[in-house]
Amino acid sequence: MNTGDAIRLHSVRFHWNQERPILDIPALHVAAGEQVFVKGPSGSGKTTLLNLVGGILSPQVGEVSVLGRNLCAMSGAQRDRIRADHIGFIFQMFNLIPYLSVLENVLLPCHFSKARMRRIRAAGETPQTAAERLLDHLDLASDLLRVPVTELSVGQQQRVAVARALIGSPELVIADEPTSALDADRRQAFLSLLQEECQRGNTTLLFVSHDDALESGFQRHIHLQDITLAMQGGTA
Amino acid sequence: MNLFSLALKSIKNRRFSFTLTVVSIGLSVLLLLSVERLRHEARESFANTVSGTDLIVGARSGQVQLLLYSIFRIGNATNNISWESYADIRQHPDVAWTIPLSLGDSHRGFRVLGTNRDYFQYYRFGRKQRLSFAQGNVFEGVYDAVLGADVARELGYSLGQSVTLSHGTGDVSLMEHGNSPFRIVGILEKTGTPVDRAVHVRLEGIEAIHIGWEGGRPTALARIRQSALDVSALQPKSLTAVMLGLNSPMAVFRVQRFVNDYSQEPLLAALPGVALQELWDTMALAQQALMAVSLMVVLVGVTGMATAMLTSLNERRREMAVLRSVGARPLHIFALVQGEAIIVMLCSLLLGVVGMLALQGIVAPILQQEWGLYLPIRWLSASEWLLLGLAFGCGLLVGLIPAYRAYRYSLADGMTVRL
Ligand SMILES: Nc1ncnc2c1ncn2[C@@H]1O[C@H](COP(=O)(O)OP(=O)(O)OP(=O)(O)O)[C@@H](O)[C@H]1O
Ligand SMILES: [Mg+2]
Repeated sequence: MNTGDAIRLHSVRFHWNQERPILDIPALHVAAGEQVFVKGPSGSGKTTLLNLVGGILSPQVGEVSVLGRNLCAMSGAQRDRIRADHIGFIFQMFNLIPYLSVLENVLLPCHFSKARMRRIRAAGETPQTAAERLLDHLDLASDLLRVPVTELSVGQQQRVAVARALIGSPELVIADEPTSALDADRRQAFLSLLQEECQRGNTTLLFVSHDDALESGFQRHIHLQDITLAMQGGTA
Repeated sequence: MNLFSLALKSIKNRRFSFTLTVVSIGLSVLLLLSVERLRHEARESFANTVSGTDLIVGARSGQVQLLLYSIFRIGNATNNISWESYADIRQHPDVAWTIPLSLGDSHRGFRVLGTNRDYFQYYRFGRKQRLSFAQGNVFEGVYDAVLGADVARELGYSLGQSVTLSHGTGDVSLMEHGNSPFRIVGILEKTGTPVDRAVHVRLEGIEAIHIGWEGGRPTALARIRQSALDVSALQPKSLTAVMLGLNSPMAVFRVQRFVNDYSQEPLLAALPGVALQELWDTMALAQQALMAVSLMVVLVGVTGMATAMLTSLNERRREMAVLRSVGARPLHIFALVQGEAIIVMLCSLLLGVVGMLALQGIVAPILQQEWGLYLPIRWLSASEWLLLGLAFGCGLLVGLIPAYRAYRYSLADGMTVRL
């Protein structure tokens, strides 16, 4: 086993109720800096898997390690700390807090993580300049900084979410169908920006999508059916 | 930006419902504080009105009634004391001093009090303070008048001016004793008691203006200018009440028995402190009921806050999920919602206090005019702070309900928003 793995699942079994497990994964390794495309039918447990990695859920059996730390041996508070310090999330929609400005939304993780603040300072930046740099890279004009997020288009909102996930250079970014609310022609551009930013910081990217068109942008593809022994209820 | 400013921004986003909640709780706090202040100040004000007087004597009625009409000038006496009874009481060996009181006339809404010079020597209020003059001096002649501070201030009177008295004690257009004007010879310092709202004249003055008025209306005789009257012939036939000071406090019950057993006429001697206590006892139930109702109103307001917050939680589940995803712990979510309850309560309490002070500013002069009740505007008392603390505590306790709910939601939902 490679100790440099960003994510490592070992004999993980997870079930919601007392029924059969929704996930039963003997082993899954994602190396640091790797960008992985995860796909699977609806209801197959992709979001559940991301929640396991994010420390929101704990498997009934097995071990989930993120950045070399075994989440299953931690308390809820410790897992919350790992998530705050090391993981950025991007969801399908409604990523932003409506009553905060663009800048405030991007800065949000800094308030819950001293580690992110430290890394920003170590890079010779302030949270503000780091946010501005990220937004600039993501093609968001600086005059949008103080605008209420409710005035942004969906595509702009998703890019703000990317900036927020990346601020303070977390080692891992988890994206759960971040493009499904975007137009087909905007998806590719969005993905390129996201991948570019992850590459720049050697950030591991776990990207879930239904959209096969995006698959080609990734070197590694994981089909959930291939890694889990659980009987899939969904129909692809 | 910390959790607190996050809570503030979230509130700002829902400012309409927030304002409604704050106004409703603020009004309930205003009610609570006002009831408490009125209760406390009324008691203070009443207790301060008379001090150093051992007994009050009047015609036989209730002691509370006697206290009200003689000292607080609320209502009228049903009967008078004859001058002979007064003379007998004054002769009693235990009696050190007496203040005769004769009420019944008025001047432009202010009571006229007929008395003698002993009033200015022996009357005490507050902490045994005696009356002092802002201007002028004690009355000398039959038609001299000494004004209470409020009378002079409100009517704009100064020394040397003439005033005419009215028959009876109403506010408007009574029959005037127009042919016998009084001259203002003294104006008292403010006392914060009904003394401020009285026109003081000699008993003989009262007697003089009523010559020929025996039927309650002026006769031809009354219209004769009475300047030539013989003062010694003006001894009144009756008084409204008498205040007594005794040589020794031990004598109180002896003198009280003497008065109550007086055979010539049914009289009553009341201890001011005891009468005051009875007055409060009769009002205690009403006070407690008022207090209970205001506390209920606060509870209703606070419950409204919890309802509004619980309703908002459903819209905010998404917001909480986002916060969770950026590293907020369920405890943070709890604190965020509880913090909102704290902000609501602080704003409400502030509104209540400011509102109460403003209301007092408006109502105090009216109460003073109508009831002789003095409500000095002052900062919060210990008991008022206690009530504020109680209301705040209620708010925090009730705020725990939505806060705990949000905590449960965020534990169950994690980062996914369930609808
Ligand atoms: N909170 C929950 N309680 C009970 N069952 C749940 C819960 N969340 C998800 N499930 C079940 O777990 C299964 C997997 O859900 P999950 O959300 O992981 O699927 P998914 O692969 O992300 O699907 P989609 O592509 O539609 O997002 C589903 O059958 C769902 O019914
Ligand atoms: Mg999903």
